[in-house]
Amino acid sequence: MNTATFRPSACPACDAAPAAEALAGGAALPDARLLLSVPEAHCAACIATIERDLARMEGVNSARLNLTLKRLSVDAAASVGIQDVIARLDRLGYDAHELDPGTLSMTETDKQGRELLMRLGVAGFAMMNIMLLSVAVWSGAEGPTRDMFHLISALIAIPTVAFSGQPFFRAAFKGVRAGRMDMDAPISFAIILTLIISIYETLQSGEHAYFEAVVMLIFFLLAGRYLDFRARAVARSAAQELAALEVPRAIRLVNGAESTVPVVGLAVGDLVLVRPGGRVPVDGVVTAGKSEIDRSLLTGETLPVYAAEGSALSAGEVNLTGPLTVRVTAAGKDSSLHRMADLVANAESARTKYTTLAERAARAYAPTIPLLSIGAFIVWMYISGGDLRLAVNIAAATLIITCPCALGLAVPAVVTAASGKLFRKGLLIKDGTALERLAEVDTVVFDKTGTLTMGTPAPTNLDAHTDTQSRVALALADASAHPLAQALARALRDRGIRPARVDEVREIPGYGVEGNWKGQRVRLGRASWIGVAPRDMTAAYLGIGAQSDAFTFTDMLRPGAEDVVKGLQAQGKAVLLVSGDAPAAVRDLAQRLGIQDWHAEALPQDKASRISALQDAGHKVLMVGDGLNDTVALSAAHVSISPASALDAARAASDMVLLGRDIAPISDAIRIAGQSTRRIRENFVQSGLYNIIFVPIALLGFATPLWAAAVMSISSITVTLNALRLK
Amino acid sequence: MEVLTILIPVSLFLGFVGLAAFLWTLRKGMYDDPDGDSQRILNPQYDDAPKPVKPKE
Repeated sequence: MNTATFRPSACPACDAAPAAEALAGGAALPDARLLLSVPEAHCAACIATIERDLARMEGVNSARLNLTLKRLSVDAAASVGIQDVIARLDRLGYDAHELDPGTLSMTETDKQGRELLMRLGVAGFAMMNIMLLSVAVWSGAEGPTRDMFHLISALIAIPTVAFSGQPFFRAAFKGVRAGRMDMDAPISFAIILTLIISIYETLQSGEHAYFEAVVMLIFFLLAGRYLDFRARAVARSAAQELAALEVPRAIRLVNGAESTVPVVGLAVGDLVLVRPGGRVPVDGVVTAGKSEIDRSLLTGETLPVYAAEGSALSAGEVNLTGPLTVRVTAAGKDSSLHRMADLVANAESARTKYTTLAERAARAYAPTIPLLSIGAFIVWMYISGGDLRLAVNIAAATLIITCPCALGLAVPAVVTAASGKLFRKGLLIKDGTALERLAEVDTVVFDKTGTLTMGTPAPTNLDAHTDTQSRVALALADASAHPLAQALARALRDRGIRPARVDEVREIPGYGVEGNWKGQRVRLGRASWIGVAPRDMTAAYLGIGAQSDAFTFTDMLRPGAEDVVKGLQAQGKAVLLVSGDAPAAVRDLAQRLGIQDWHAEALPQDKASRISALQDAGHKVLMVGDGLNDTVALSAAHVSISPASALDAARAASDMVLLGRDIAPISDAIRIAGQSTRRIRENFVQSGLYNIIFVPIALLGFATPLWAAAVMSISSITVTLNALRLK
Repeated sequence: MEVLTILIPVSLFLGFVGLAAFLWTLRKGMYDDPDGDSQRILNPQYDDAPKPVKPKE
């Protein structure tokens, strides 16, 4: 996919359509390159473990982990499926997500980055060589020696400017044509004017030539550009990575034959098969099969819902136990997923465009550069009585000293340092302005299911059962893929319980698992099926003969949830919990975490309007959510974060993505964001200070090339060092 | 001062060598994974013998 046209969209199917085609094309190759995101890889041991283990895997030619991008690329035979690799990594203890190599064809971005780096390298080497010659001139070379040094400098500087200065010239040309006045035009003007004057002075055996200053200016500005580019490339690749996380496909049934097609290829009336564990790809009505449906991503409800013939399903729900045949009632533009995307688009357009600090600084500063030098030129023409050469020389010195080297580095250096820090903590920044917006946050709104909780159940009353009951329950739970059954089986095994011998175990989709134990019928499943009254909490019911028993569950807290709420409250932020789930469940969680302000049974619109109301009251809101029901709120909020496990629409709508399982980095992120905004301001003050001191010197005509070079390098270095102070 | 006629070309030549080396490392993708490379040095796997080169299939 072309990076220039790439835009993370709230409609996953739109992104996925070309991706799916690319994947279909790639599958024909004999050897495939599989790409996975491994967010938890962080050390030398991780690299060694993962690479060595995968190299031993059947069919794998080679595996290489890129720690910078936390991306694993596996070169393997076509027989090796991505699921095998993910399962293998899971056994090693690493979470991995599939990435779509089609979306991730990073060649365009890579090329741009390398090109910038090459220009930067050329400028750097030219700068060093010219500086060697200039030092000789500054230490007193005179006459023909000086002229020769200047001439050699010119021979190095001219091709360097022509090659390395291109990004500025091109941007300036574009800006001028569009009638904009940004930084590029004065910069290009300064570079070209100073170069021409220096060449002229060299040919006239003049005393001062500014070749090193010109090249140095380009070098520092390119360094700023490159850092800026890196930050944006990381953000862009994050967006791409997220879009690549899911390749929506559906299994279409035509006269009983299955074929896998991209979701966009489906039409109303088609029959679609949804396997247990699969996500419902379209809105539809069940025509055959019985199962249970997990709607937590759409509504925030934790309890699975029973579905049978005639039940209406929405795209994004997850089928849990039995295969379902679904007749498509709405696909593409009409589906509920798309309606949600429209709401998101509305909310996004309502969010006013954020003006970054850098933009504000540039807007204020850009016109002063040419104004000052033109002023200097006119005044000196008047003072010197029409000495054109002197006036132009002073104008050029003013131009080169006012040129915003440090200003160009002020923001990118800080943003690069901050986003690197956050990435190491497991937080990806998708939007360049997110950091500044995050710094202003005073209110944090959390979603419940999947955000503060894992969205996976954990059994609560394991001690309340006899050993026999536990053993029978384990034997039955082992036979099902239902999340409650799996959680129960895992928890029971962890307690060292061994399964009882149960024969004729079979799963009855939509109801539970049934078997034969010591001549008695045993069942694990829904209350009505066992024949007992359901409790008011999530539970799986066990029936042994006429006896019955209930295993109750609670939603597992996401690691770091307690810390993040405490941390935010300690920072003086207001913390809210807004969920679509039932009041009892929301109240429990709010009490457990110490959140006073909670709201249950919120519809997607309610969440968004609550956030809008807060923002209208002057609060800056950070929304943290993962579900489809959060997407509107995520895009309405001042800044938003979603976990990597979130639905792709939610990830697309948010500014930052939490890669790991732990939610604690969020409070750190706000602290780092605040700090980095402070650093940016400090950097502006610093680079402004240099100008206030040295511009008068230049205007008075005392500035020499040595001054220009010294000011430029000192200010750039102090600004960069200040950025690195970020803790 | 005659020494300059030698020294200046030499310094320029060395500069170009450095530049060429930089461009070579750039092309070889040595800046693609700085974090990983700094960690890989701790990996003892190929300490005794270099990584065997796989024949191209």
